[in-house]
Amino acid sequence: MNWNNLLFVIFPYIALAVCVIGSVYRSIYRPFTISSLSSQLLERRKLYWGSISLHYGILIILLGHLLALLLPRSLMWWNAVPVRLYLLEFTGLALGIWALAGLVILVYRRLTSRRLWPVTTRMDWVVLILLLVSVITGVWTATFYRFGSYWFTAVFTPYLWSLITLQPRPEFVAPLPWVIQLHVFNFFILLLIFPFSRLVHIVTYPLGYLLRPWQIVVAVRGRITPQTQ
Amino acid sequence: MNVRAHMSMLFHLDKCIGCHTCSVACKNLWTDRKGAEYMWWNNVETRPGSGYPTQWENQEHFQGGWEFKDGKLRLRLHSRAAGLLKLFFNPALPSLEDYYEPFTYRYQDLFNAPAGDDQPTAIPISMITGEPMEIKSGPNWDDDLGGSNIYARNDPNLEDVPAEVRAQLDELERVVFNYLPRICNHCLNPACVAACPSGAIYKRQEDGIVLVNENRCRAWRMCVAACPYKKVYYNWSTGKSEKCILCFPRLETGQAPACAHSCVGRIRYMGVLLYDADRLPEAAMVPDEQLVDAQRDAILDPFDPEVIAAAKANGLGDDWIRAAQLSPVYQFVKVWKLALPLHPEYRTLAMMFYIPPLSPVVSVIEDGLFRLDLSDANHDFELFHRLSAARLPVQYLANLFTAGNQEIIRQTLVKMLAVRLYMRRKTVDGEVDEKLIKLLAEAGTTPQEAEAIYQLTTQPTLEERFVLPPYHREMAVEAWKDPLAHKGEAGLGYLQVPRRGE
Ligand code: HEM
Ligand code: SF4
Ligand code: SF4
Repeated sequence: MNWNNLLFVIFPYIALAVCVIGSVYRSIYRPFTISSLSSQLLERRKLYWGSISLHYGILIILLGHLLALLLPRSLMWWNAVPVRLYLLEFTGLALGIWALAGLVILVYRRLTSRRLWPVTTRMDWVVLILLLVSVITGVWTATFYRFGSYWFTAVFTPYLWSLITLQPRPEFVAPLPWVIQLHVFNFFILLLIFPFSRLVHIVTYPLGYLLRPWQIVVAVRGRITPQTQ
Repeated sequence: MNVRAHMSMLFHLDKCIGCHTCSVACKNLWTDRKGAEYMWWNNVETRPGSGYPTQWENQEHFQGGWEFKDGKLRLRLHSRAAGLLKLFFNPALPSLEDYYEPFTYRYQDLFNAPAGDDQPTAIPISMITGEPMEIKSGPNWDDDLGGSNIYARNDPNLEDVPAEVRAQLDELERVVFNYLPRICNHCLNPACVAACPSGAIYKRQEDGIVLVNENRCRAWRMCVAACPYKKVYYNWSTGKSEKCILCFPRLETGQAPACAHSCVGRIRYMGVLLYDADRLPEAAMVPDEQLVDAQRDAILDPFDPEVIAAAKANGLGDDWIRAAQLSPVYQFVKVWKLALPLHPEYRTLAMMFYIPPLSPVVSVIEDGLFRLDLSDANHDFELFHRLSAARLPVQYLANLFTAGNQEIIRQTLVKMLAVRLYMRRKTVDGEVDEKLIKLLAEAGTTPQEAEAIYQLTTQPTLEERFVLPPYHREMAVEAWKDPLAHKGEAGLGYLQVPRRGE
């Protein structure tokens, strides 16, 4: 066993298992603890700049990563024309810097707004710092190891698929510069702490809201009678 | 017809003395906890005044309630999709400054101060940070400051009151205020339920109580913004929303809610209303001036055999139907038409009802002089025919209780005045003359009804004020557990301590 195997095969599987089992356990047995733990009531001005920047930046980038994983061909097709490649790369970098700015504001906010101290846990700091590492290494990669959207499909798509299909091939990651390796490994750490942190709020995204009736009426024995409207 | 029962409270504002006992009872029972210090599930406001949270009625700002436009009912706060995009930051959420920073005093200083020349003082400290703070406002900051040009002027309900009437409110001799106790209205068309993306808020079918399922709440805090009455609060410590539960654990064991039970002025009544769920939300989809009538129409007559049959078909027992027949709320709301919902224009179909206050003393200034030369009796008759001279402007009350419909307020006040005149003549002068009977008829009432109103207003017994149906919780428990085993387990603390999530 070498470091490469430990960091990019064993650890990811452990992290993923903990993430899935932990999240499922928490949502079934400790549902009260699942919350986005909003602190907007206590401080809103800095949150406005921080939260919106972080969330929109990071969510769009995450979707981009997911797209490269699931539909690598569409990405390659798009990047076949240089202008489109530059456009995509520039957008990605801008979003990364946006998310980074948001994170910095959120860190600054937690440090300077006295009212937030009583609601800030150690895990809140762990999450913010890990996300900082994630975003900084990501922006670093986008700046100095161009063009990510081009080589992602050649390196990470097969690596991640090899993990998903249980035939791990860490050799894709082995030759990469340490910054990129850190970016990947840091993601697995995020997976590991996912169920133990406020990050669980991500999987509770309430898509059902688009479909449910406006009103909810519950009878004593749990019978729900939706009120049409 | 889809008959459902609703537990409703009624507030007789003429009797409220603004003592805040109700608020304290509620606070002691439910919100004396970390994260809930600033919450007042029951609060009492001085009106005209800015309320709590400050200017909660300003929906341009807070975006609460429903909007009725082009034949459609929409949440003012958001459409479904827009709501999902605003989860990260909720622009319409009130901030702590709109309520107040909860505080206490460092009482230990009084005991631990070293001996010295000065009296030790207990300095105010924040209940959030624990640090010394300067108190800038409180939940009841403008208590009894009616007529003040700082607070009363801020009342959103005064906006369209003519300038000269407003100016009168500032005159020292005419200063007037009344109290407005408020709890969650447990609405029939609740905006809080509709706005919750997680579907964590629901209405109980059996009695209409609106509750937050905190196990499903994810702190998207849309309910806080969407409730036009600002009666959902966000617990900053646990990261969950909370609201008035109408003391359902008390109701289920046959006791009135703590606020009602402790009410010093005995202004509160509790009872069952039967309503027709098939008329929802259409009852909220009529022009402003018809809202009160539409809601009254949705409330059903518990003596009507058809209603009774439909109620039974829906599983309502005889005891609940009986309670609906004896309900003091039904009497005031539907039979006597004296009670009104607060701000029906929010279109949530609020199910707590208010009897508007009569103005305190009738005297009017004319040419800078009080007309003390008129006898009491003439004063009264004068007001009866000149409600526009009442110190609380009719339009102001209309803005509070009838979406601006002054006619309904006028009818209500006139009837109350008629009852007052009739009973005063009868008990003080011992005579009821033709003039008085005519006056009752003019107010749309009869001597019998006037006496019944008087009786239930001034000297009801506890059992007449609170007509509580049996909940049969033992039967509900049976469905999943041996009731005796359940009895042994209930009320012995948490199964899981509601700790803040990481
Ligand atoms: C899927 C959709 C998501 C929704 C609806 C969502 C919603 C929220 C909300 C409501 C808050 C509380 C903000 C407040 O204090 O009022 C929050 C905080 C936070 N979210 Fe998200 N989030 C999402 C995705 C994500 C993702 C993908 C990440 C990062 C990987 C993330 C990281 C965070 C962090 C670190 C905080 C804490 C910010 C702070 O107060 O310091 N969220 N989120
Ligand atoms: S008053 Fe109560 S039921 Fe009505 S919208 Fe507000 S919180 Fe919901
Ligand atoms: S306890 Fe009764 S009288 Fe006193 S403020 Fe509350 S509602 Fe009014």
